[in-house]
Amino acid sequence: MKRGSLAGWVFAAPALIVIGVFFGLPVLSALALSLTDFDLYALADPHSLRFNGLGNYIDLLQTPMFWKSLGNTAYFVVAGVPLSIAVSLGAALLLNAPAARFKALFRTALFAPVVTTLVAVAVIWRYLFHTRYGLVNWGLGQIGINPIDWLGDPNWAMPTIIGFAVWKNFGYNMVIFLAGLQAIPKDLYEAARIDGASRWQQFLHITLPMLGPVLLVVGVITVSGYFQLFAEPYVMTRGDPLQSTVSVLYFMFEEGFKWWNLGRASAVAFLLFLIILAVTTLMLRFGKRRELV
Amino acid sequence: MSRVGISREIGQSRWHAWWVNGGLLLLAVISLAPLAWMLSVSFMPSGQASQFPPPLLPAHTTLANYQALFARTGMGNNFINSLLVSVGITLGSLLFNTLAGYAFAKLRFACRERLFQMLLAALVIPAQVAMLPLFLLMKQMGLVNTFGGVVIPALASVFGIFLVRQYARSIPDELLEAARIDGASEARIFFQIVLPMLKPVLVTLAIFTFMGAWNDFMWPLIVLTDQEHYTLPVALASLSREHIMDVEMMMAGAVVTVLPVLLLFLVLQRYYIQGLLLGSVKG
Repeated sequence: MKRGSLAGWVFAAPALIVIGVFFGLPVLSALALSLTDFDLYALADPHSLRFNGLGNYIDLLQTPMFWKSLGNTAYFVVAGVPLSIAVSLGAALLLNAPAARFKALFRTALFAPVVTTLVAVAVIWRYLFHTRYGLVNWGLGQIGINPIDWLGDPNWAMPTIIGFAVWKNFGYNMVIFLAGLQAIPKDLYEAARIDGASRWQQFLHITLPMLGPVLLVVGVITVSGYFQLFAEPYVMTRGDPLQSTVSVLYFMFEEGFKWWNLGRASAVAFLLFLIILAVTTLMLRFGKRRELV
Repeated sequence: MSRVGISREIGQSRWHAWWVNGGLLLLAVISLAPLAWMLSVSFMPSGQASQFPPPLLPAHTTLANYQALFARTGMGNNFINSLLVSVGITLGSLLFNTLAGYAFAKLRFACRERLFQMLLAALVIPAQVAMLPLFLLMKQMGLVNTFGGVVIPALASVFGIFLVRQYARSIPDELLEAARIDGASEARIFFQIVLPMLKPVLVTLAIFTFMGAWNDFMWPLIVLTDQEHYTLPVALASLSREHIMDVEMMMAGAVVTVLPVLLLFLVLQRYYIQGLLLGSVKG
């Protein structure tokens, strides 16, 4: 037993040290940093660093740009997550339908965007949604719709980014839903069919309830992922037009690595963390209550 | 059931089959069209894509964009950087995560359960929270703008440890005990008995890690500060700012970036999907 204990520590130590030093320690430091006025001067001379209490947080709550970025991110989450989950679920239902052909082939095709490099496909989308030369506007023109300035119009930029994110990600949740669907006993549907239930009724009264726990987990993971929006606006719009696509993390990146206000940026990171934690906790609590009933 | 009823039923289910397969086909086209367009444009002669109506196929196929890309932008260099960084992260984290995952599954040591709970709890903290102080730490260690700055923080992950632990739990204890009674050292047990049994999950973890490292953007963007050291996504993001008008060359760059991971996925997708499902159980 003694020997096993030592071996256990030795085996676990390298990974634990890496995670401790390069994740645990920085997270704690971020909390400390967010309570200071760490900026460009402190970067050069640490002695100019001052403790600031909750100053950064109070300051942020009075910064219009922070609220704007939070609003943009909330828009992305509130519109993007339900849309993405609906598309994932729809695709999984189609793939799971007995009538579907070439299932493996379709599954691979629908999953392909997930494994692509986000930056590269974001560049592709920028060209496809180009106002003058983009294929999308050309296609819309064929059915008589005037060109839309997808990434240049403040009203359209975020919807375009949402569309991109859904395209890029829906395959991931689709595979999880597909596994969930396959786990539902077939005789439930058989019984419902004999009772004369329509497909829609079967979906409402068998599929959705049986998929409940999976839906909850997928919802929580997707919400927390969508709150961390960064690369899409960085590559596609740089936060423009009229700052309509500046996300919280984009704001943090600019505060931290453009203006070197590391104290303020850490406070942004922590606020985002708290918001994600609050929203996902609420979702889990809501889900638990619904399931217990 | 009457004859009319049966034929209506058959008609309905045929209709239904059309809907299902039509829907799947539409989704597949939407999923693949941007990628197909990227490939097609990357072979177009310079300037062809910026015409109206936008052409779908090259007027004549040319490799000029790829040649220009490697000659003028240093993308070849970035490709090698991406490869080095991703392989380094994959090999290193495979070793560290496997050792730790096995320890958490099969070896008893003080605080084991509490440590594992802490690791799982850490999953809720977004990686970006750590990035600002991590940058300062890297600066202290002289690792800013080096591959070490990208590789070292990624040498272990909670997800990897979790994945290996789940799989390693199915290794029978009797097997390990028998080897101990025979006098085998713990290291020998790990390398000669455990590691071969973990092979499937190692393949899964390797693909996941490699793809994650290859596609990673935010941290390399922060820690790598000059073009010489950029990985492909960072280089592509910066190039697309300068060369926005050069559609054909940018699409060649996108192909070079996307193709390796896409091919890897196509070849090993069974392992990838398995890992995805194993990992999602954690929630």
